Amino acid sequence: MKIIRQFVSKISEINERYAKPKVEMSPLIKLSLTGLRIYLLVLVLLLIYKFITVLPVGK
Amino acid sequence: MDFFSTLYYRTKQVWKSTKMYLAIAGPGLVVMIADNDAGGITTYAATGAQYGYSLIWFLLLLIPIAYYVQEMTVRLGAVTKRGHAEAIFESFGAFWGWFSLLDLMIVDWLTLVTEFVGMTAALKIFGVPSWLTVAGVIGLMGIIILNGRYWTWEKIALGFCLLNLVYVPAAFMVNPSVNEIIGKGLIPNLPGGLSNDLFFLLMANIGTTIAPWMLFFQQSSVVDKGLHEKDIKMGKADTLFGAIITVFVAIFIVVVTGTLLKGVPIDDASTAARMLMQMNHLTGTLLAIGLFDAGLLGAICISLASSWAFGEIFGWAHSLNTNVKQAPWFYASYFITLITAGIVPLIPGAPLVLITLFVQVIAVTLLPAALVFLILLLNDKKTMGEYVNTPTQNWITGGIVVGIIILSTMYGVTALFPNLLK
Repeated sequence: MKIIRQFVSKISEINERYAKPKVEMSPLIKLSLTGLRIYLLVLVLLLIYKFITVLPVGK
Repeated sequence: MDFFSTLYYRTKQVWKSTKMYLAIAGPGLVVMIADNDAGGITTYAATGAQYGYSLIWFLLLLIPIAYYVQEMTVRLGAVTKRGHAEAIFESFGAFWGWFSLLDLMIVDWLTLVTEFVGMTAALKIFGVPSWLTVAGVIGLMGIIILNGRYWTWEKIALGFCLLNLVYVPAAFMVNPSVNEIIGKGLIPNLPGGLSNDLFFLLMANIGTTIAPWMLFFQQSSVVDKGLHEKDIKMGKADTLFGAIITVFVAIFIVVVTGTLLKGVPIDDASTAARMLMQMNHLTGTLLAIGLFDAGLLGAICISLASSWAFGEIFGWAHSLNTNVKQAPWFYASYFITLITAGIVPLIPGAPLVLITLFVQVIAVTLLPAALVFLILLLNDKKTMGEYVNTPTQNWITGGIVVGIIILSTMYGVTALFPNLLK
């Protein structure tokens, strides 16, 4: 229990430490990160679709 | 007299540069040669078996691609003195940091499983049971890492890199036609047009040359070795030398299977080794030894990439120059990753094919993200100073990254939906 609590507090500490991105958010960087979010979202949706279509076959 | 003094001066200069290179060489060579891991050997063996020498030109194109991507990690590591995971956390915040770290952890673990699958399959050819291979490898890797010095670890890893060259004599043993290699291999062509199979194989070759763990590994390795800005030039030379060796080893594998197994469908390198043993016992034996070595080298580097990244973020001591007492969590994460991955191939009926598919798909999600972060970090003038990407470097690396993103996405999608391009 103590280990879990320590782990959670460590995660919070890391989140706090890196809460603010250090790099200057120029329009190009913002665009790149938005593009990356969309790209990852599409891939995750494809993965979910794949699993939904594969699961009934597995049964 | 003038001639002799110039000769003496030049020789001294070359000797000095060589000594400097030998002192700095390591991260680039190890990461590039470890890139020819168990999965890589299978890909190259399949390339030769399916298309003979026809795709050698394509492999040569991978030299500049691998070099330009990896040299950025040398500059970033030497200038910031931080690993790749830490650089992403600090520059882009916790969200992207956790995303990269978790993705790296999953893809490294799954890749490590495939390395163990390759190693157990290779030694099974010599009658070694899988459990003994797994136990032996974990023991050996434990001895290598617990010596408490980065320098020793690196030299041992370089020794295993040398063993990767077994494919060179193997290629000479099969008596390939040099004229045919030059005629068919060096002229760019797509045998039979751009079919689904060819497209998949080309992307597999790119995927095995540029992998997400390589970015994390080389940057952390540069930091752990203690390279500075003044070492960047030699670090880049080390990376270029490594890129050339890794592609040439790949070509020698293609020559072996392209000569003896042309037209034979190859699913994994151990099957290729078994088939080769029936035709040319020594060549098949060398291929099996090379496969084991490739898996071992891959495992040595991949498990370290994760441990370094965790250490950077969680603030644990995370250097090979520390002992277990000084860095208990660094070594614990290393062994946990290693042991859990080693157990998987021993589980009867483990979904190894599904794991291989997962490796491809998840690596695809991390690779574009890691490459985008890399380019953005190398353009941060405030951090990189004079080592920031020049416009030419941006055009080259930008083009490579856009190309890799498009191809790796198509690779991932076709791995999920194999009938999409048919």
